[in-house]
Amino acid sequence: MGKNAYFSLLFVAAILAVLPFVVPNSFYLDLAVRMAINAIIVLGLNLLIGFAGQISLGHAGFLGIGAYASAVLPTHFGWHPLLAMGAGAAATGLLAALVARPIFKLKGHYLAMATLGLGIIINIALRNEAQWTGGPDGMPVPAMGLLGFELSNDKQWYWVVAGLLVVSVWASLNLIDSPFGRALRALHGSEVASQVVGVDVVRYKVAIFVMSAVFASLMGSVTAHYVGFVSPNFSDFFHSIELVTMVVIGGMASVFGSLVGAVLLTALPQALATFEGWETVAFGAILMASMIFMPKGLVPTLAAKFGKGN
Amino acid sequence: MSMLEVKDLSIHFGGVKAVQNVSFSIDAGIVYSVIGPNGAGKTTLFNLITGVYKPTAGEIRLNGEAIHGKSPNELARRGVARTFQNLQICMNMSALENVMVGAHLRLDRNLFKASLRLPALRRRDTELRKEAADLMDFVGLGSYVNSRADAMSYGALKRLEIARALAMQPRLIFLDEPAAGLNPKETIEVDHLVRKIADSGVTVVLVEHDMKMVMNLSDRILVLDYGKKLAEGTAEEVRRNPNVIAAYLGAHA
Repeated sequence: MGKNAYFSLLFVAAILAVLPFVVPNSFYLDLAVRMAINAIIVLGLNLLIGFAGQISLGHAGFLGIGAYASAVLPTHFGWHPLLAMGAGAAATGLLAALVARPIFKLKGHYLAMATLGLGIIINIALRNEAQWTGGPDGMPVPAMGLLGFELSNDKQWYWVVAGLLVVSVWASLNLIDSPFGRALRALHGSEVASQVVGVDVVRYKVAIFVMSAVFASLMGSVTAHYVGFVSPNFSDFFHSIELVTMVVIGGMASVFGSLVGAVLLTALPQALATFEGWETVAFGAILMASMIFMPKGLVPTLAAKFGKGN
Repeated sequence: MSMLEVKDLSIHFGGVKAVQNVSFSIDAGIVYSVIGPNGAGKTTLFNLITGVYKPTAGEIRLNGEAIHGKSPNELARRGVARTFQNLQICMNMSALENVMVGAHLRLDRNLFKASLRLPALRRRDTELRKEAADLMDFVGLGSYVNSRADAMSYGALKRLEIARALAMQPRLIFLDEPAAGLNPKETIEVDHLVRKIADSGVTVVLVEHDMKMVMNLSDRILVLDYGKKLAEGTAEEVRRNPNVIAAYLGAHA
């Protein structure tokens, strides 16, 4: 990491600044907003998976908690949307911290199974508590207001989300190249070596798990307000898998890989819509091909090819 | 007073008694070697003292404080460093970053300050880069300062482990076969390096198969065989000990 990464950040910021002026219609702007939301979630998840070498197959569950906090608290209790968003993030952080201690005694497949179970439990709870959540039908979400100013159209949302994305990329780059980030990467590289130099590995795993869960929860809230509706599908297992796939396709342990993964996998279903019934098959084939030919993910593979460090 | 005291230390893995009732003590500032045939329990002993394994019985005291059962990261806080026989280098990081990780406990590790790129943290990191480069120079890796860890040779990685351990600024350092797999020239360089480390005031505990190096460097030697203490003393005493000769060369009953 170095000056290069920060130039890349400027480049991303420039693209984000120009984008709304060149997209042909609001369909593409909507797509861009969803890409950016996914990119922020994937950034957090990549810190956990790519950098710290852990796994979570339940992150959509955390996203669901944030989304439903933003739907339920303002609707049933009249909370301000920002307060509801903060409460959702706090609850997610607390839950993640509580379960992380026992969960991170596990490794590999067992860790994957435990996080998978957690995500499914959250999904079932949201589906079953119909008097609060609307059950399988979902529920509408009130609009997000900021200081008397209401976020209503796609363009406003775009600027908010693009701003959040730039800040998230900047913070991720900073984190990786810091004592905290080096400890995370070291426990991935060699857990025992990181322990003997003094890294409390469980504490670091828990911290990054909580942080990535809170990212997912906040973006769940943003999605809920943006779409104006939540459904249990937000938090289901397939959404968790989709998020992990974005990390892997874009490139593990690559900040810009997270962006590329999120952009591609958000756009792909749209691009494949012309295949009609076969889109899932085409989607799967593309994923398989990219894993076979680029197991390290797009950005690291291309960076290595063109001799640029990342 | 001795720096490290080990009393009746034992660990059993199922029925295998890897270390049995081993006692010894190490004075500050010396080079102390542990030798013995393969499988004698040398690395297990290191793993016990550095907290990687928990002993079945016995006690370990560091400057009078009982440390058995403490985790490796707690021991790191008390100035205990080590290297590994089977390399434990973080291949996902650069060589320099591997050394910088050694300074973990001396840094501000706050997640939020790091995310915000606070100037104090950046300044400390810049200093640390310089410190780490100097340490790489000290262990003879000056030419690898800008290398990736996964692009370095085995011999260089062995020394990178030593540099990382030194970045902890330890008082006691455990070196597990630092010369294993090295060619004769590299072995001599490691020999000089261990001497330099000891001269800088760090107490060195060494496991090594290269007898010339052990006899040359050690102030005292502990000999293990089948998990038991066979002999202990100066190089000269150990060399003459009939039990040691029997274990190494074989003896008729």
